[in-house]
Amino acid sequence: MSLFLLSLLPFLGAVLVGSMPRAGRTTQAMAAGIITGAALLLLLAHAPAIFAAGTVSATLEWIPGLGLSASLFLDALGLLFGGLILGIGLLVIIYARFYLDPSDPMGRFYACLLVFQGAMLGIALSGNVLLLLIFWELTSLSSFLLIGFWRDRAEARQGARMALAVTGGGGLALIAGLLLLGRIAGTYELAGILRSGALIQASPFYPLALVLILIGCFTKSAQFPFHFWLPHAMAAPTPVSTYLHSATMVKAGVFLLARLWPALAGTQLWFYLVATTGLVTMLLGALIALFKHDLKAILAYSTVSQLGLLTMLFGFGTPMAAVAGVLHILNHALFKAALFMNAGIVDHATGTRDARLLGGLATLMPITATLGLLACASMAGLPPLGGFLSKEMMLEQAARTTLGTQWLVPLLATIAATLSVAYSLRYAVHIYLGRRRSETALAPHDPPPGLWGPPALLVGGAIALGLFPMLIAGDLVQAAAGAVIGAPPPAFAISLWHGFTPALGLSVMAVIAGALILAGYAPILRRWDGLPLPVAQSLFDAGVAILVTVSDRITRAIHNGSLQRYLGVLFVVAIAAGAAGLATGGFAAGQRPTLPASPVAIIGWLTLIAATVAVIRAQRQRYFALIYISVIGLIVSLGFIYLSAPDLALTQISVEIVTILLLLLALNLLPKHPSRLSCTALRLRDGALGAAGGCGAGFLAWAVMTRPPNDPISAHHWANSYSGGGGTNVVNVTLVDFRAFDTFGEIIVLGIAALAIFALLQTATRGASGRRLLQWMPDLVRSPEHHPMMFVVATRLLLPLALLVGVYIFLRGHNLPGGGFIAGLVVSIAILMQYIASGFDWTDHRRQVDEHAMIACGVLIAVATGLGALLFGKPLFTSAFGYFSLPLIGTFELATAMAFDVGVGVTVIGAVMLALAELSHVAQRAEKDARTEHAMDVDPGRSRVPAR
Amino acid sequence: MSLEFLVASTVGVLTAAGIYLCLRGRTFPVVLGLAMLSYAINVFLFAMGRLVVDRPPLYAKGLVDHADPLPQALVLTAIVISFGMTALVVVLSLRTYLETGTDQVDGLVDDQRDEGEA
Repeated sequence: MSLFLLSLLPFLGAVLVGSMPRAGRTTQAMAAGIITGAALLLLLAHAPAIFAAGTVSATLEWIPGLGLSASLFLDALGLLFGGLILGIGLLVIIYARFYLDPSDPMGRFYACLLVFQGAMLGIALSGNVLLLLIFWELTSLSSFLLIGFWRDRAEARQGARMALAVTGGGGLALIAGLLLLGRIAGTYELAGILRSGALIQASPFYPLALVLILIGCFTKSAQFPFHFWLPHAMAAPTPVSTYLHSATMVKAGVFLLARLWPALAGTQLWFYLVATTGLVTMLLGALIALFKHDLKAILAYSTVSQLGLLTMLFGFGTPMAAVAGVLHILNHALFKAALFMNAGIVDHATGTRDARLLGGLATLMPITATLGLLACASMAGLPPLGGFLSKEMMLEQAARTTLGTQWLVPLLATIAATLSVAYSLRYAVHIYLGRRRSETALAPHDPPPGLWGPPALLVGGAIALGLFPMLIAGDLVQAAAGAVIGAPPPAFAISLWHGFTPALGLSVMAVIAGALILAGYAPILRRWDGLPLPVAQSLFDAGVAILVTVSDRITRAIHNGSLQRYLGVLFVVAIAAGAAGLATGGFAAGQRPTLPASPVAIIGWLTLIAATVAVIRAQRQRYFALIYISVIGLIVSLGFIYLSAPDLALTQISVEIVTILLLLLALNLLPKHPSRLSCTALRLRDGALGAAGGCGAGFLAWAVMTRPPNDPISAHHWANSYSGGGGTNVVNVTLVDFRAFDTFGEIIVLGIAALAIFALLQTATRGASGRRLLQWMPDLVRSPEHHPMMFVVATRLLLPLALLVGVYIFLRGHNLPGGGFIAGLVVSIAILMQYIASGFDWTDHRRQVDEHAMIACGVLIAVATGLGALLFGKPLFTSAFGYFSLPLIGTFELATAMAFDVGVGVTVIGAVMLALAELSHVAQRAEKDARTEHAMDVDPGRSRVPAR
Repeated sequence: MSLEFLVASTVGVLTAAGIYLCLRGRTFPVVLGLAMLSYAINVFLFAMGRLVVDRPPLYAKGLVDHADPLPQALVLTAIVISFGMTALVVVLSLRTYLETGTDQVDGLVDDQRDEGEA
C-alpha cells in the first residue's frame, strides 16, 4: 500500500499547494518541498527491499473487464528514475523559490510542478501499461501548463502548443502501440509483457507495435526528426527547463525504451531503428548546439544530443550498452540540471542569456563560475567527473558496433563526442573566461545560496560519482541495468583509469579536436551562418498552416451555411439506408389480420390528410398554417383515444395547446407573409425526397403492423405493474417506476431546454436584436379590446376549476389515465389562460413562484425520491407503496412513485411556464403600448371608462 | 380499408410533409416540418405496439387482451420532449431573426433583409 501512497503524494501536494494561493511564497515552497521530500524518503525506504528481492509491487483491481488494474511496480530502474524525479524535483522547488519573480503566481507554479512530478513518478511506478499511458498523457498535459507558465508571452504559448502537439501526437501512437503490445502478450500487466519477449518478437504485429511505441518514445525524448519542440520549450521558466528538459520528462521516452527492453530489444529492426535514430540525433544535436548563442538553447540542443546518445546505447541492444546507458542517465541528470540552473543564475545576474554578450564572469561570480565550469567538464566528458566514465563506456560500445562497416559507428560517435566537447568548452570559456565583451544590463554578482546551493549539490554528486563510481552508484547501476536487461548484467567495474583502451584513444582525440574547434570558432561560425539551413519553427508553422488551410477548405465546402443542405444530406442518407435494407431484405406485408376501419376513422383520416396538404399549401399565410397544423394534432389525439391510448391522447392534446400558443407568440414577431424562395424545380425535388421518405416510413409501419408482435418485453411490465409497482395504469407505472431513470433524464432535458430558451431570450433585448425589437411595428390589425371582460372573468372563474382538474388528473394517474406529465401540462394551461386573458403584467405580478426554482425543485424531488431507495438498500429509483385508510376518505394508496411524479409535474410546469413567459416578455417589449395597469379594458369597478 | 392502412398511410403522409417542409428555406416552415416529423415518429413508435381498439392498458387480473403499454410510455415522454425541442427551435429561429434581420436558412442573401443596425 505504501506504493499507492507514494504515487498519490505529489497529487495530494498539488491540491494542497493549489489550495493556498494566498500563502506566502516560502510557505508554498515549504509545502511543496516537504511533500516531495516525504515522497523521496518513502521511495528510499523501499530501496533495501529492492536490492534484496528485486521488485516491490501492489495491485488494485480497477476495470478488470478492460485488463486495467491500478498495479504499481517498483524495481531498481524505477528506483533510479523515481530518485531522480523526486531528488531533482526537491532541488528545483528550492531553486524556483528564489528564481521566480514575486509577481509570478507561485501557488500555480508549484501545483503544476507537483502534478507533473506525480505523473512522472506514475510512469516510473506503473506496473500496467494502460496505467502508464494515463500518466504519460498527464505528463504531456502538465508540461504544457508548465511551458506556458508565463501565459502573457507569445513564445511561451507557442512553445507549449508545439510541445503538446508533438508529444501529444506521439502519445497517440504510443497508445496504439501499447494496446497492440498488450494484445500480443495477452496481458497489459508489465511483468507479463516483459516475460513474453520471445512471443512478442515472433508476432507478425511486432514491427507495427515497435514503430508505434518508438514514435511515442522519440517524440517525448526529442529524437530526430521530432527534436524541434525541445528548444522551443525553453520559453518556460528556467526551473521548468531544468526539471522537464534535463532530468525528467524527456527521459520518459528513454525510460520506456529501457523499461520495454526485454520485450522489444535484440532484433535487427530494433537495432536499426533505435541505434540509427539515436546516432543521428546525437550528431545533429551536438552540431546545432555548437552554433547557438542563447545559453538555454545551447543546453537544449545538448540535451537533444545526449538523449540521442542514450537512445543509441539502448538501441545497441547489448547488456553492456544497457549498463552504460543507465550510468549515463544518472550522469546526464546531474550535470545537465546543474547547468540549466547555472544558466538561470547567469540570466538573473546579468539580464541576458546571449553567449556573445557575456564573458569574463569568473572573477565577478566565482561560485557560479566554479560550478558552471565543473558541470561543463562533466558534460564534455573530462576526468575526473562522472560524464567521463559514461562517455568512455559509450565510445567503447560504439567501437564494438558494426553498422554497414566497422568504422562508421565509432567514427560518428567520436565526431559527436568532439562536438560535445566543443560546445561544452564554448559554454565554459565564452561565459566565464576571457574578457567581458559588453556591459550587461545588470552588474553580475553571485546569487544567494538558495540559487547556487541546488546546483552545488548536483555538481558535488557529479564529482563524487567520477571519483568513487563503484562505491556510490555501483550497486544501483548494477541493479538498474539488471532490471533493464531482465537478467543479471555482465560483471563490470567502472573506474576512471582502465588502461590504454581504444575508447581512451578516441576520447583523447575528441578532446583535442574539440579544443581546436573552439580555437577556430569565429571562422567556423561564419561558415555555418552562411549555410541555407531549414528552420524547424518555420517548417512546423508551415505544416500547421497547411493543415489549417486544408481543414478550413473542407469545412467550408461541407458547411456552406445552408440548413437545407445539411438536412437534405441527412434525409438522403436515411432514405438510402432504408432503401438498401429494403433491397437486400425484401419487402412483403405480413399475414396478421387487420382491423376494419369505421367510417368515423376514415373521416378523421381524410381530415388529417387534408390538413397536411393545407399546411403545405398555406406556407406563406403562416397563421393559417398554424391553424391547420393544430388540426393534425387534434386528429392524432383522437386517434390515440380510439386506439386505446388515453394517456397519450391527454398528453398530446395538452402539448398541442401549449405548442400552438408558443408558435403564435413567436409568429407575432416573425415575418407573416414571406416571399417565395424556391423555384418549382427545387420544390419538385424536395417533394420527391419527401415522397420517398414518406413511402419508406409508411411501408415500414405497414409491414410491422401486419406481423404479430415478437415476444414483447412489455409482458413483464404488464405482469408486475400491480404487484410490483402498485398501480393499474401500466403506462404511468412504467414511467414512474420501471423506467423512472429514463423519465428522470427526460425531465432534465426538458429543464435544460427551458433554461436554454431563457438564456436565448434574456439577451435578445440587447445589441442588434434589441434594436430590431424597438423598431418592430405591429403588422396586423389589433382588436380595440386588449382584454375583453367576458374572457377575463371566465378565465378567473375557470382557474380554480382547472387547477382542481390538474390535481385530480395527477392523483388518479397511478391507476387511471393521468399522471405527472399531463397534470403539469394542465396546470400550465390553467395559468397560461390568465396570461392570455388578463395580460402579462397583471398575471406576472400575481405569480409568486419562480420558474427556475420550480424546475430545480422538480428535478431535486425526483432525484431525492430515487436516492431514497438507496437508503433502504434497494437499487436506485425502486418505489415502495402501501395502502392506508382514514376516516371519511376511506382506503387509499400511497406510493413513493407519487413523489417522483410530483417532481415530474413540477418540472413540466416550470419548463412550460418559463418558455412561454420569456417569449411573451420579449413580445411585450416589442409592443411598447401593451403595458396596462388593469386586467380588463372595461371594468365596472373603476369609476370611469378609459378614453380611447 | 383497414385501420392499419390508415395509420401507416398517416405516418407516410406526415413524414413526407415533414421532410418537404424541413427543406424549405425559411425558419418557420422548418419548425412546422419538425413538428410534422414529430407527429409521424410518435405515431410510428406507437404503432409498433400494434393497434388495439378500446382496450387501454389498465391492469386487471386475468385480462389478456390489451394494448401494449410500453410503446405508449415511450411515446408519452417523446411527446413532451418534442414539445421541448419545438420550443427551443422556435426560440432559436426567433432570436436568429431578431439578430440578423432575416429568417432565411438556405445560406443565401436575403433581398428583403432589413438593416436594423442603423
